Amino acid sequence: MFVPCDRGGGSASSDFKGFTLLMPAVSVGNVGQLAIDLVISTLGMTKVGYFYTDCLVPMVGNNPYATAEENSKELSINAEVYWLPSKKLVVLQIRSPFIKNKYRPFCETLLSWVKSSNCARVVVLSSSHAYQRDDEQLLGTPLRYLLTPDLEKAVGSFMQELNWKEMEKVAAYPGINDTEKVLHIPGGGITKLLFTESCSKGIQMAVLLKFCSEGDNIPDAFALVNYLNEWLQLIKSEVNASLQWKIPSSWRLLFGNGLPPALF
Amino acid sequence: MATFFGEVVVAPSRAGVDDEEEAREETPEDQEIRRELEKKREVEVLWYLKSGTSAESSADKPFVCSRFIVAIGHNAAAFLSSFILDSVCWEVVGVVKLWNEWCRTSQTTNVLPTDSFCLFYRLISDPTVLLCQCSCYVAEDQQFQWLEKVFGCMQKEGLQVTILSTCPVADYKTQESTLTLPSPFLKALKTKEFKEHICCPLLEQPNIVRDLPAA
Repeated sequence: MFVPCDRGGGSASSDFKGFTLLMPAVSVGNVGQLAIDLVISTLGMTKVGYFYTDCLVPMVGNNPYATAEENSKELSINAEVYWLPSKKLVVLQIRSPFIKNKYRPFCETLLSWVKSSNCARVVVLSSSHAYQRDDEQLLGTPLRYLLTPDLEKAVGSFMQELNWKEMEKVAAYPGINDTEKVLHIPGGGITKLLFTESCSKGIQMAVLLKFCSEGDNIPDAFALVNYLNEWLQLIKSEVNASLQWKIPSSWRLLFGNGLPPALF
Repeated sequence: MATFFGEVVVAPSRAGVDDEEEAREETPEDQEIRRELEKKREVEVLWYLKSGTSAESSADKPFVCSRFIVAIGHNAAAFLSSFILDSVCWEVVGVVKLWNEWCRTSQTTNVLPTDSFCLFYRLISDPTVLLCQCSCYVAEDQQFQWLEKVFGCMQKEGLQVTILSTCPVADYKTQESTLTLPSPFLKALKTKEFKEHICCPLLEQPNIVRDLPAA
């Protein structure tokens, strides 16, 4: 699945021993993917490969993180991997939705790639439908986290110090039996599947998600990436942290073209 | 989510995975139906050998191809029919058979411009030059199959691929309005291995290409 590409000088390798893999879930508002765009764009990450997969809708375009004429000509496809060795960070960006019935095979292949490439831990950025919150969740922070048991041992106490809120479980049969609780992430795409599979496979995985609705999700992306930064410290978090993140050139014209003057 | 009229509707989500799809376990009957549907949606590539008989595509003997031009969609296919193809210089060497909700192609090579078809032609004077006219719609779940089965038969060393396609001007993202944009216009995408001169500007961000041309 993973095809390494020439890193311009360095040898192409698929070993990310000790690295943190950061990835999005295609979820409500595409918040995870937007947040990943901010990370790649701000940290100036280098592309190290892509996923050759039949599970995602194909798409191609020119470099979405282009800053000048020179770097705007590189092709970019639906699932690409970037890295920043100085921070031991490897990032997967997913740019299109899953083809029907293909999300399970994708998750299986992805998790086996995580194991074979020796990633130390995985952080999934995701989101969940805001309208499905219960009364308590409507108050306070819309950001939540989840940790697999293996990662809980390593960083669970750090999350407590950060005062983060763990994603609540909901009743499996609401109204009938309130004691049996399950994890439910409506609108989260493959988040729950990735998480439950990682729990059973002993993979260290964290999920960071935000409750949101479809619309202009740029502020949600900023909120999620700042939340991530509280933990991973990817950039120096100063007073106005949002100003530190660099918006990629591909975010232009998200809501359509210019208007025809003849309209007025 | 409540709408103006007060009824509660489930908002369509960009997540792409329905919760119902996730929660429902597949029964053996579901699995059987899914397998049958998958079989029906299989893409078949049939190559016609010199002798005129048809044969299944054989991956064990890939043929040499130096240039492969693929025209996807009615406009691109019509362009090839009008300006490039003729029965003197080109011969039909293959066909793709597929079915989806939008179209069905058949094995026949005698097609009308209004039919849905996917045919392969070879330049008689240089049999390493291949052309594909694909006026049928290849669905999302069939695109990868099409790709693997067609390219699987070709020797990829020294192969140059050119893809011709069209998109509506209304889909083009630009600072000005597309109403005043002089159209039609050409844009290109190329891999870094492509060193030849391109006759038009490159496709600017944030525009993208989808479907079979992207695949």
